[in-house]
Amino acid sequence: MNETATIPATPETGEGPRPKIAARNVNVHYGDKHALKDVSVDVPEKGVMAFIGPSGCGKSTFLRCINRMNDTIPICRVTGDLRMDGRDIYEPGLDPVLLRARVGMVFQKPNPFPKSIYENVAYGPRLHGLARDRTELDEIVLGALRKASLFDEVKDRLKDSGTSLSGGQQQRLCIARAIAVRPEVILMDEPCSALDPIATAKIEELIDELRSNFTIVIVTHSMQQAARVSQRTAFFHLGKLIEDGVTDQIFMNPRQELTRNYITGRFG
Amino acid sequence: MNNHTVKAFDEELGVLSRKINEMGGIAEAMLVESIDALVKGDKTRAEAVVQRDKALDALQQEIEDLAVVFIAKRQPMANDLRAVMGTVRIAGDIERIGDLFKNIGKRVRAMDSTMIGTRTLSGIQNMARMVQEQLKLVLDSFSQNRPDLAREVWLRDGEIDALHNSLFRELLTYMMEDPRAITYCAHLLFIAKNVERVGDHATNIAETVHLVETGEPLAGPRPKAEDTHYTKGLRPE
Repeated sequence: MNETATIPATPETGEGPRPKIAARNVNVHYGDKHALKDVSVDVPEKGVMAFIGPSGCGKSTFLRCINRMNDTIPICRVTGDLRMDGRDIYEPGLDPVLLRARVGMVFQKPNPFPKSIYENVAYGPRLHGLARDRTELDEIVLGALRKASLFDEVKDRLKDSGTSLSGGQQQRLCIARAIAVRPEVILMDEPCSALDPIATAKIEELIDELRSNFTIVIVTHSMQQAARVSQRTAFFHLGKLIEDGVTDQIFMNPRQELTRNYITGRFG
Repeated sequence: MNNHTVKAFDEELGVLSRKINEMGGIAEAMLVESIDALVKGDKTRAEAVVQRDKALDALQQEIEDLAVVFIAKRQPMANDLRAVMGTVRIAGDIERIGDLFKNIGKRVRAMDSTMIGTRTLSGIQNMARMVQEQLKLVLDSFSQNRPDLAREVWLRDGEIDALHNSLFRELLTYMMEDPRAITYCAHLLFIAKNVERVGDHATNIAETVHLVETGEPLAGPRPKAEDTHYTKGLRPE
């Protein structure tokens, strides 16, 4: 759990700059169950990295390690080295709440608070004291709604309940809520699996716009989606990271047979 | 390789590759028949070659249509996607091969058969035999999923080019010796060029097969006709 400077880049990355997130030999146990086995991977800064793999392969578990969501599960034990900007995410003194302000999360099912659209987005900035007064808060909220491509659709009804929106709008509201606290990383756990194709396309377009400012890690069961939105892809299977690399290479010419069997639909 | 979870996936890929094999069979037959028609001055046979080309055009169209539907419906990835794109490309190459043999058929139809029997034909026959081997080998590499055979084809194309160059010089000599042979020899020049072009398409197919099977393009040095002694005298100094 030391020597930040000497963490080797995984051989196939080689992009040069330090990764935003670097995992080395990360293991996760849920009680007796060994859910994640020796995962080592780099998530480069600014861009989209997709995690794919069959259900129960550990991709969501790994995602939840990045903002320490697994802390909420008592039987969960995380070991290994997991760093953001070179700093240990599991460092004893580190406040998970502050970590989660830097690492936002969007879940599978849109989960807006039962509050107004405005309050949904204002909640985080207020909690973290990001705005000095109402004007500043307005700026943050409206800016986040704009960035989440939702503003035009809700600008006349900011006081309406967040739950009154359609599924796709709710998910974009959740993304607005996540980016309102100005995180550096956004984790997305199957953000489109509950949405129709049009809402999905809007989210994908949004992800494409956000990637120039944020590091995005997305877990998805749709391989086409992974291929469309990400620049790098990692394939998990039975708790292990089988292969990671540039998305085009993973989908056109994967190195590992397991990866190939999975993405071509040859899993028995 | 394992089968797909969705059985229709494998079945549809199978249909595509069977259709390529069918096209390959027709192209091979057209080669034999067009050269035979040339050697024997058989205009009926030449006409049959011309007619046969239609079957290739139809098959190519069918393969393209099937591939488009397949991609839309199955959204293939990795080697599957390469396989589908590969069949489309190979179908295109075989269709062009068919056009080249059709062209030979048309020439034989139009040629003055009284000239038949000159020794020049043995050169074209030799070349055709080499191209036939190449075509057979490359079609085998496709149907047996053998990138090693594809590489072999790719490496051997230089021999055909070399033979074509020597044939070119030979025909030039005949034309200089006897101006009455010019029309006939000019036809032969075009026919030789057509046969040589078939060899190029066989090489294209080899490149496609290799890419489909390995994900990597064929690379590395290969002997070029320019390097052979046949062409030395042809190049401007």
